[in-house]
Amino acid sequence: MSEVKFSKEHEWISLEGDVATIGITKHATEMLGDIVFAELPEKGSNVEKDGTAGVVESTKAASDVYTPVSGEVMDTNQAIVDDPSKINEDPEGSAWFFKLKIKDNSELDSLMNREEYEKFSKESSS
Amino acid sequence: MRVNMETKKTSLNNLHQRNQAKFVEFAGYEMPIQYSKGIIEEHKFTRKHSGIFDVSHMGQLFIYGGENLTIELEKIFPLDLKNLKQNSSKYSFLMNEEAGIYDDLIITKIEEGYLIILNAACKENDFQILSKLLGGNFKMTLENERALVALQGPRSVEILNSVLNGVEKLNFMTGKWIDFKNQRLFVTRSGYTGEDGFEISILNNFAEEFTQKLIDKGAQLIGLGARDTLRLEAGLCLYGHELDINKTPVEANLKWAISKERLSNGGFVGSEKIINQIQSGTSQIRVGIKPEGRLIAREKTKIFEETDKQIGEITSGTFGPSINGPIAMGYVDKEFSKIDTKILLEVRGKKYPANICELPFYKKNYVKGAN
Repeated sequence: MSEVKFSKEHEWISLEGDVATIGITKHATEMLGDIVFAELPEKGSNVEKDGTAGVVESTKAASDVYTPVSGEVMDTNQAIVDDPSKINEDPEGSAWFFKLKIKDNSELDSLMNREEYEKFSKESSS
Repeated sequence: MRVNMETKKTSLNNLHQRNQAKFVEFAGYEMPIQYSKGIIEEHKFTRKHSGIFDVSHMGQLFIYGGENLTIELEKIFPLDLKNLKQNSSKYSFLMNEEAGIYDDLIITKIEEGYLIILNAACKENDFQILSKLLGGNFKMTLENERALVALQGPRSVEILNSVLNGVEKLNFMTGKWIDFKNQRLFVTRSGYTGEDGFEISILNNFAEEFTQKLIDKGAQLIGLGARDTLRLEAGLCLYGHELDINKTPVEANLKWAISKERLSNGGFVGSEKIINQIQSGTSQIRVGIKPEGRLIAREKTKIFEETDKQIGEITSGTFGPSINGPIAMGYVDKEFSKIDTKILLEVRGKKYPANICELPFYKKNYVKGAN
């Protein structure tokens, strides 16, 4: 069972070995509304912790997607680029954004677990 | 949702809350941006069925008077009001001497004078300007006792007719007083979505009961979010975006709204500039823009020609749910305004291809009425 962690920018990250899968949380999709555009990082590129690693746009506005950890982009989810509404349907499952080969495992330490994230998202949206 | 204490509420606020509205502040009012189903569902529902929009924040200005009032208003608006039939409506502008637009509006000739529907953010200023221009010679009321409800979409006529018998006979851009529970409603066949529909002016005390009746007949509440995507697909301007004090109706490609009868002699505020621009053209003009792919280019996006010279800016851009793709409007230099001209849009530092295209994006379904 892989552990899921959460960032303050409303990304989730799930780890298997040294490969992390990253997406945006259900709470984020509820704030954004209907998502109509997604842009992902290029395969093979390197992304830095807290740096921009994509964009989502809803009918209301554009938002940057940040990566909670540094690493090399191994894979991206073309299905959500072709049909961005999938992100609203299953944000924490099949609508993942990208997979990273993690550079430094200690970067995970500052992230929240589910309970902490739920408390955080409740406070930040009230 | 945090709402300023001074934010005004419309008489339908409780109804919005009961229907899980998400609110935003708009022109000083707490207004629903969407309900539980979201913008795309609400947009599509309006196109195939019937959507209800609370537009009570908009100004309803009654000006009372007879022939003298018509003469005075012709000195202000670029319209042939002498020949406008009673109960007929026209789209027009309140302008300054340079033909800069203070507001765009719908004016209807009624038995008592005129009813003018104004944008929420502009209505107080419009009232001041019109009072000054009319010199206090006519009674003017900027209503705050009436709500304004729009019903839009192909099923609207059958739904509204079952509540207000006879509205099916109204032609597009006409209106009339209709009785509902011993009080008078003013109903016009008009709208802002590219669909057939109506706008109903009703006393605040009756607005919720009336709107609930429309819901019971199958119509659904629609928020400002879908109102924006619907109007943009229909190629309609939004004040503060396509139109402002630095733009003229000719630049906005709206010269069809200037009565031909008024172009020979002028005599309305801004007429010299308008006549001059119609004769010699403008340097920029409003166009429709379709980005290639799924990229959304929002307001203030810079527009370039293929050799990297900036030629304009986007004024509204979104995802069009019925088009199933991105759409935008903006201003470009005249020589780049031809349909199918290739342009570039700068989004997040990169340039993406797009094309100038015909407006509207979505073809209208206006009904002429049974007459």
